Amino acid sequence: MALQNILLAGFGGQGILFAGKVAAYSGLMDGKEVSWLPSYGPEMRGGTANCSVCISDDPIGSPLVLAPGALLAMNIQSYDKFIDAVVPGGIAVIDSTLVDKKCSRTDITCVYVPATALANEKELSGLANIILLGTLLKHTGFATEEAVEKAISKCVPPKKQHLLEPNMRAVRLGMEY
Amino acid sequence: MAVVFERPKALLDVPTHYCPGCTHGIIHRLVAEAIDALGVEDRAVGVAPVGCAVMAYDYFACDMVEAAHGRAPAVATGLKRSLPDNVIFTYQGDGDLAAIGTAETVHSATRGENITVIFVNNAIYGMTGGQMAPTSLPGQVTQTTPYGRDVKTAGYPVRVCEMLSTLSGVAYAERVTVDTPAHVRQAGAAIKKAFQTQIDKKGFSIVEVVSSCPTNWGLTPAEALQWLRDNMLPYYPLGVYKDTTGGDK
Amino acid sequence: MKGNEALAEAAIRSGCRHFFGYPITPQTEVAAYMAKKMPKIGGTYLQAESEIAAINMVYGAASAGVRAMTSSSSPGISLKSEGISYIAGADLPCLIINVQRGGPGLGGIQPSQADYWQATRATGHGDFHVLVFAPSTIQEMVDLVGLAFEKADAYRMPAMILADGMLGQMMEPVSFPEEAAEVKLPEKPWATNGHKGKRPHNIVNSLYLKPDQLEKTIVDRFQRYETIKATEARAEEYLVEDAEIVLVAYGATARIVKSAVNTAREMGIKAGMIRPITLWPYPVKNIQKAAETAKHFLCVEMSMGQMVDDVRLAVNGKRPVSFFGHTGGVIPAPGEVLEQIKEIAGGVR
Repeated sequence: MALQNILLAGFGGQGILFAGKVAAYSGLMDGKEVSWLPSYGPEMRGGTANCSVCISDDPIGSPLVLAPGALLAMNIQSYDKFIDAVVPGGIAVIDSTLVDKKCSRTDITCVYVPATALANEKELSGLANIILLGTLLKHTGFATEEAVEKAISKCVPPKKQHLLEPNMRAVRLGMEY
Repeated sequence: MAVVFERPKALLDVPTHYCPGCTHGIIHRLVAEAIDALGVEDRAVGVAPVGCAVMAYDYFACDMVEAAHGRAPAVATGLKRSLPDNVIFTYQGDGDLAAIGTAETVHSATRGENITVIFVNNAIYGMTGGQMAPTSLPGQVTQTTPYGRDVKTAGYPVRVCEMLSTLSGVAYAERVTVDTPAHVRQAGAAIKKAFQTQIDKKGFSIVEVVSSCPTNWGLTPAEALQWLRDNMLPYYPLGVYKDTTGGDK
Repeated sequence: MKGNEALAEAAIRSGCRHFFGYPITPQTEVAAYMAKKMPKIGGTYLQAESEIAAINMVYGAASAGVRAMTSSSSPGISLKSEGISYIAGADLPCLIINVQRGGPGLGGIQPSQADYWQATRATGHGDFHVLVFAPSTIQEMVDLVGLAFEKADAYRMPAMILADGMLGQMMEPVSFPEEAAEVKLPEKPWATNGHKGKRPHNIVNSLYLKPDQLEKTIVDRFQRYETIKATEARAEEYLVEDAEIVLVAYGATARIVKSAVNTAREMGIKAGMIRPITLWPYPVKNIQKAAETAKHFLCVEMSMGQMVDDVRLAVNGKRPVSFFGHTGGVIPAPGEVLEQIKEIAGGVR
């Protein structure tokens, strides 16, 4: 599989870092080289948060994703900041509940998922991030479905095992888009 | 003939560098006597300060570590955490303990670090030639307070035992002096008790010894002790400031 | 595993049971990991009142003969410099981790490599060096922590892991060496751990009032440094053999440079990279050897150009040495480095 450079961006508290972790672990479960690099500092607490995930057959060079092959955007600020950085032929998965813009670029694929609204509707509150990750999975195949399931089991802490099933459901829901 | 007086074993038979009439010699002796009496020389590690007692590592027979200025309680903390069954003590002056090392002093005390601190308060920086110390008295003339310590600009002297006695981690704090044979005996008992406090794992122990510096005070040794009685003891009252050890002194 | 946590776990597996620290971004996870693990294995985690106290606790613990460490980030290392100097002067082994952030002053909290001079030239006052290791992957962080403890003990001197915020915060898979039942620590007959009536008292000290005595201790130490320089310098060479343009970078920057080198090769430009793994001792020989065949050197750092001094010293005027970098927490992009390579390649041809 070719190198996957994924950039996930949104507000702190939306589970950006968690979704990134799931993506990275999925790659690991598939036996790939992976890296996960969060933004850190005061912006983690309520401001914008983003994280870079690289999945590759070869050792990862720069873990910082400046030109994402795949962008997962969960707020307007992140969309505005990163949409032009997506490489031609790349994909952007956008939470259309929170981003009311349409991209004019024709050289990338844009998928609009009302993830936050869906999450509230389907009793998956707080899992818009994973819904979008499911969409990303469907369109890029950054990992196998099996690996994503394993990754979720690994990333959900033991004390929160009741969240396992909703997370899996969120992935499947996302894959419908 | 019975030997009634000899050099404590914990004190090496070497000449010290202290000035004539300096009370460091007496205090060294009291520390060494306490180490001997408790039989802990083989597991004692002392931490020497920066100041007049900087070369104390050459005088005590136990293992010794020389610390940076003010850092002795932190160094002692590192030693004690690595060697919980050893007996760890610091020997510090007033500039070291109550100025540059105040944070280390206060925090090792409040952690209840199980170490013993011997604090020699002579109200002056001796090693560097007689500058104002955190414990110099109001009005006291030093090289850096040539017109006398003006509390309006130089602030007030620190009373260490009083300050530390407010901290829960402190098990034992006593202020003593060594101006008379009776006081020397009391000081010796206090130092021994401080070590015993540590051996019993009861927490932080400190003995403040109000001391003299004839050289930098510009007095004869006898005059210096009189000056200590007239000026220091009223500001630094002797006594036990904290004792949670429960035992008899 | 997160870089900072990997550092901590590696230290524990290297037999370190005494950690003294103080919170500072972006290294705080090291302390948090230690706080969680140490009590469970009978070790010491102590949150000191300051960086100064923490390094002096390390000094005390190292005097006692145990493997001790502290970790911090740039401003905290400045505070520790007093203690590092005393530790070096007293010939004590210990490990210091610097997860660098932007400076000077409070600076910023994003990744930086602006403490190179501090680490390799002036970790404190006086004539001395510390061993400086510069990992560029999380796996290497693990491997170098073990090596740093080992070499610190062997040469009785402080060792430093010079990482940065990117390495500290990023996650990569790591594997740990099979855990030995008990890490065998070397004998330390000089330790002040109580003479037990079996030997004269030991003294840990850096004070020598007689100049000739002090000079002797320093000269002896520098003789040891010569051995270290001759035997301990390490570097990774990547496509250097036929390279016309040799890039020099360490730590996280080396990853970015490697990406750029790969792209340059795809474009037919003969680029290669030397990645110093030890910053002191500096891998002078690798650079000297490359200077015989390469036409141009390009040093890339997250600073205004600090390591480039060492590259120039090693190249010794034989070839031109250029510099490219960002500082203050700005991370160079592979594309920017590639542009630099292309520009130099234009001149080389």
